[in-house]
Amino acid sequence: MIYEPSSTAVVVFSLFVVVTLGLSFYLGRRARTAAGYYAAGGSVPWFVNGIAFAGDYLSAASFLGICGMIAFFGYDGFLYSIGYLAGWVVALFVIAEPLKRLGRYTFADALDNQFRSRAIKLVAAVSTLAVSVFYLIPQMVGAGVLIKPLLGLPHWAGVITVGAVVILIVATAGMASTTYVQFLKGSLLVLFSAGLTVLILFRGLKVDPSPEASAQQTVTVTADGKTLVNGKPQGRGPGEADLRPVGHVSKLPGGASETGPLGPIEFLSTVRDSEIVLWREKTVIDDAGNKVTTYSPKPTSGSDVLRPGNHPMFADLQKESLPAKLNFISLMLALFCGTASLPHILIRYYTVKDSAAARKSTVIGIAAIGCFYILTLYMGLGAMTGGSMDPSNNNMAAPLLARSFGDLPFAIISAVAFTTILGTVSGLIVAASGAVVHDVLTGCFKLDVTDTGKVRIGRLAAVGVGLVAIILGIMFERMNVNYLVGWAFSVAASANLPALVMLLFWKRTTKQGIVASVFAGMVSSLTWILLSGDTFKNVYGLSAEQSPVPFSQPGLVTIPLSFAVLVVVSLLTRPKAAS
Amino acid sequence: MASFDHSHLPPPEVRDPAVERYNARLGLVLFAVYLAAYGGYVFINAFRPSLMDQVVFSGINLAVASGLGLIVGAVVLAVVYARLCRRPKGGGA
Repeated sequence: MIYEPSSTAVVVFSLFVVVTLGLSFYLGRRARTAAGYYAAGGSVPWFVNGIAFAGDYLSAASFLGICGMIAFFGYDGFLYSIGYLAGWVVALFVIAEPLKRLGRYTFADALDNQFRSRAIKLVAAVSTLAVSVFYLIPQMVGAGVLIKPLLGLPHWAGVITVGAVVILIVATAGMASTTYVQFLKGSLLVLFSAGLTVLILFRGLKVDPSPEASAQQTVTVTADGKTLVNGKPQGRGPGEADLRPVGHVSKLPGGASETGPLGPIEFLSTVRDSEIVLWREKTVIDDAGNKVTTYSPKPTSGSDVLRPGNHPMFADLQKESLPAKLNFISLMLALFCGTASLPHILIRYYTVKDSAAARKSTVIGIAAIGCFYILTLYMGLGAMTGGSMDPSNNNMAAPLLARSFGDLPFAIISAVAFTTILGTVSGLIVAASGAVVHDVLTGCFKLDVTDTGKVRIGRLAAVGVGLVAIILGIMFERMNVNYLVGWAFSVAASANLPALVMLLFWKRTTKQGIVASVFAGMVSSLTWILLSGDTFKNVYGLSAEQSPVPFSQPGLVTIPLSFAVLVVVSLLTRPKAAS
Repeated sequence: MASFDHSHLPPPEVRDPAVERYNARLGLVLFAVYLAAYGGYVFINAFRPSLMDQVVFSGINLAVASGLGLIVGAVVLAVVYARLCRRPKGGGA
């Protein structure tokens, strides 16, 4: 679809960027020590930290990816909301307080607390970098997705804009500016998502009986690079055509044509009793070498929309397919275990003064994040039925839904989504920068660096990681952002969680066991992902059947493997006195 | 935010092993409760997906009700945990 830039959106967007950068420069003068730069001095108020948790965690995947997935496939996207929120239970009940007591700047501090091992520092830093890079890709892709309709710029321009702003935020004030940008973003995201949900409920549901609403559409990219929409050159001028926005209700209960305003429960029950037109995409290369993508309507009963099984990844759940069931369990396990293993989340425990503050801020974070995830169901279904979706891009469902209510909601929601990306990317870059400086250079290689030097190198590392993120964000343009985050969760859950949990609850854990566990979890999950059917299909362009692994999500195999490696290696390397 | 000028980490907090043990045990109990609910949800979706179609109240099916329940349940358990946790004596706020 061609997006017309909106001047209101440009103004709101610019305002957000100016406020964010102003905050960063203001705080930058106050973060000149390593403690200030990497941990905001450990004295962020617990309420601010709690909302910042939400700002850190609710990434492009949550806002753009989940809303888009629900809008296109129904309940399947909500599975991610449930899994992402459930992971916070592990963080609060198992990890939060001991982690706060054991560490200072990075999660490697906690792992290494009783061993003082260079190997632990190194392997934990490598794991932090791997997870952060996996998590950065979808954020940057999301930035490019947003900038297209907002400013009318191409994808790469959005990625570079976000990269440049984030590098400035992190390089100026590290964790201090990152915390307040995340606080701002977390508050705005929850509040404006609630506002959008109220608009959805007030609008209610309406049948669109027009034949065009259910007409199939095609996009052809010819062998010589021209784009045709429904056989005409893509454009808005005479003799040109563009993709039509889609998503509507085809039947309401009792043959009604519209419902009027609905309550939250009534909205869900009405969707369940309605028939909704979903859209399916199929791409073929024809004999002339043209790439033809067809978008076809698929009338679907509301009861099917509100249960798992519409997304290709979950389609076989309704059948007796064991690999599909294992793939599903594996994904839900990774989401459950992944949150408490994400380095950029864990370092937020070091920005508060003690374990009680860590606990209270996690409770606030869970409440804010839980509210938001409930809203994703309404925003996704609102986009599905609101006639505003771009059939070629499910990541744009939420901003385009806002556009269906007017230019101002669109401008605000897009700017909030943009700030969402800034907040999460800032957190990831602080985590990566801390791993490079604190864990690798001074922890592992024992470089003698002054406190000011640590801050200076940290800023350079932030610039380096930011540049890598920009390049990857441009390369992975077409991937669904939520899907990519699933990978990051799998790697984090496999590499980090077993070592953290066993360190806290099993006294026989040795440093060799921790190193082996992190290494095994990281390598096995990355290898599994690279060999998975999803990667074969979406990244290599091969058939998923050629994949040597039986299902795509690694967690079910690699998380237990990482636990097992830790136990076996720890038993084999027990100190003699203990044996 | 005006007081947000922190160059150094705060002093180490007061430790109380008995309080830490109590809080850890409480956390594990609540974790087990939630794990059972979450595990049940995943199991039903994987092996009895047709159950998710059943309407449980006000036209809401089990898939939506259990999903919303898991989110609200996590918030409720988090608040319960925060209320029941103990603090070390002299540990401040």
